[in-house]
Amino acid sequence: MRPGPLTDGWVRLHPLTPLLRGGRFALVLFALLGQQGARGAVDGQTVALLFGVGIPVAVLFGYLAWRAMRYRITATELQVESGVLTTRSRRVPLARVQAVDVVRPFYARVLGLAELRLEVVGGGGDAEAPLAFLADDDALRLRTRLLDLSAGRSALDGAAPAPPVPERVLVTVPTGTLVASVLLGPPAVVAALLVVAVLITSVLDLETAASLALGGVPPLLVVGSFAVRRLLSDYGFTVAESPDGLRLRHGLLDTRSQTIPAGRIQVVRVHEPLLWKPFGWVRVEVDVAGYSSGGEQQVTGALLPVAPRDLAERLVARVLGADLPAVDRRVDARARWLAPLSWRRLGVGLDDRHVVTTYGVLTTTTDVVPLAKVQSLRVLEGPLQRRLGLSSLAVDTAGRRLPGALAQHRGDTATLLAEAAARARTARVASAAPTP
Amino acid sequence: MEADGHDGLWRRPDRGLLVLRRRLSVGLVTTPGLLGSGLIALLDGPASGVGAVLATAVLTGLVLVAVERRYAAWGYLEREDDLVVRRGVLVRRTSVVPYGRMQYVDVTAGPLDRRLGLATVTMHTAAAATDASVPGLLAAEATRLRDHLAALGEARQAGV
Repeated sequence: MRPGPLTDGWVRLHPLTPLLRGGRFALVLFALLGQQGARGAVDGQTVALLFGVGIPVAVLFGYLAWRAMRYRITATELQVESGVLTTRSRRVPLARVQAVDVVRPFYARVLGLAELRLEVVGGGGDAEAPLAFLADDDALRLRTRLLDLSAGRSALDGAAPAPPVPERVLVTVPTGTLVASVLLGPPAVVAALLVVAVLITSVLDLETAASLALGGVPPLLVVGSFAVRRLLSDYGFTVAESPDGLRLRHGLLDTRSQTIPAGRIQVVRVHEPLLWKPFGWVRVEVDVAGYSSGGEQQVTGALLPVAPRDLAERLVARVLGADLPAVDRRVDARARWLAPLSWRRLGVGLDDRHVVTTYGVLTTTTDVVPLAKVQSLRVLEGPLQRRLGLSSLAVDTAGRRLPGALAQHRGDTATLLAEAAARARTARVASAAPTP
Repeated sequence: MEADGHDGLWRRPDRGLLVLRRRLSVGLVTTPGLLGSGLIALLDGPASGVGAVLATAVLTGLVLVAVERRYAAWGYLEREDDLVVRRGVLVRRTSVVPYGRMQYVDVTAGPLDRRLGLATVTMHTAAAATDASVPGLLAAEATRLRDHLAALGEARQAGV
């Protein structure tokens, strides 16, 4: 119950934390109260009870929770203690850190606060150690220190401010391109379908056409709200390189700054949707072992929300530290019986460091997996595939959003499997050798 | 796949697995089939009963052949750096799991398995899609495989 004095390097969160945490709840409460009050459904007693008991109790609890929560960083761990009634003490080994995000929800930004999130392998649905909220400067300093320690670089000790980390911007996504690319996604498809349907029915019967047009509004709104969310999240997308690793910054209202240390990327996926083809745009996604597959605060996982193909390819090569192998093992025409629309796209490429697969019907997708990250390899051979002399190779990784790559192949999958396994072994040994 | 077994031998689950699966199919197909045939004979006359018995016999034969082939398809190979598991008749699957990628090993045994002294060894990695599990191992072999995998996993541990 009683938090001891802060010694031994223990630090508390920013004192405004309880205000921010409780603020949203209070806003909802006041809105509800206002709404009910306008209908005359609230009497003086309720209001008095609320203000006299409810709010003081909430404030007290928020204060106690803040007082109980503290953290410190040792040479190898982040230690977090929290909880008023049930206490929790968590130790996060820094060598296991996969990514560090600085998230600034809009309401926190206004107050100059930020949340620091550490992603570690094998955690639950949420970030393993969210530190919310810290002053902006503290969050950035802490991030540098955590990343230094996790990479085995000796960080400056204690409160000495770390020098700002130099970073080099590689790509910035222009807002116009982003807006166009988002509109050319599901909104364009739904709108086009709707227009066509309305036009066709209007020839037959104007009344049906009108009701159809009205009925099309809700799906458009749904698709539109997704588009707006993506715009807000990916606005001002900047990819930069720093000694800490790859840095992704994006967001209009809530901003997010992700740092992915070198060698943490499990999968890179390049999408080329049909409607983007005239513009030559692609979208690049990455996965790191820590991020969970769901959740409200979920990032879209983009490494680059939209960019010309050659730029994206250069970025991917740079991020992975090697040119990608050519996709030179194609399936032959026998595969058209199983994949009539996409068999020309199916293929695998393999070199000493990466395995690349391509597939997709409307959206052409290319998956790249660093061989050093391969968790297991599987060959699947269904009855129809066997008849045609085909089989599939699955490459499993620890990523949870993009759990791996699947390749269709002809005939010699046994050879391909043996080759991929041997090369993965070599890559694993090579990557494990310079242990940080 | 036999060609790449240069540093080990393909091993199979114990024949006890086959025995277990046969008993299961007799219990789940033949017995109800014969009981049903008896009922049909009572209700519909002996001719229909004989037909039902024949149908049961054919079905049992098919199931036994399927069980036999499924058993024969199982195999695992401990290579120097990885475990290879193959299985499946209709859809054939082969998994290659490097020892260094192993997060933990499970040995499980259900009530029917235990009566025959069998167990299943499952190797888990950080990837959810990995399916490397070998059923029908005798307890001693299951323990040996588990300890072997654990030791090799320890020796070759690689970060995620």
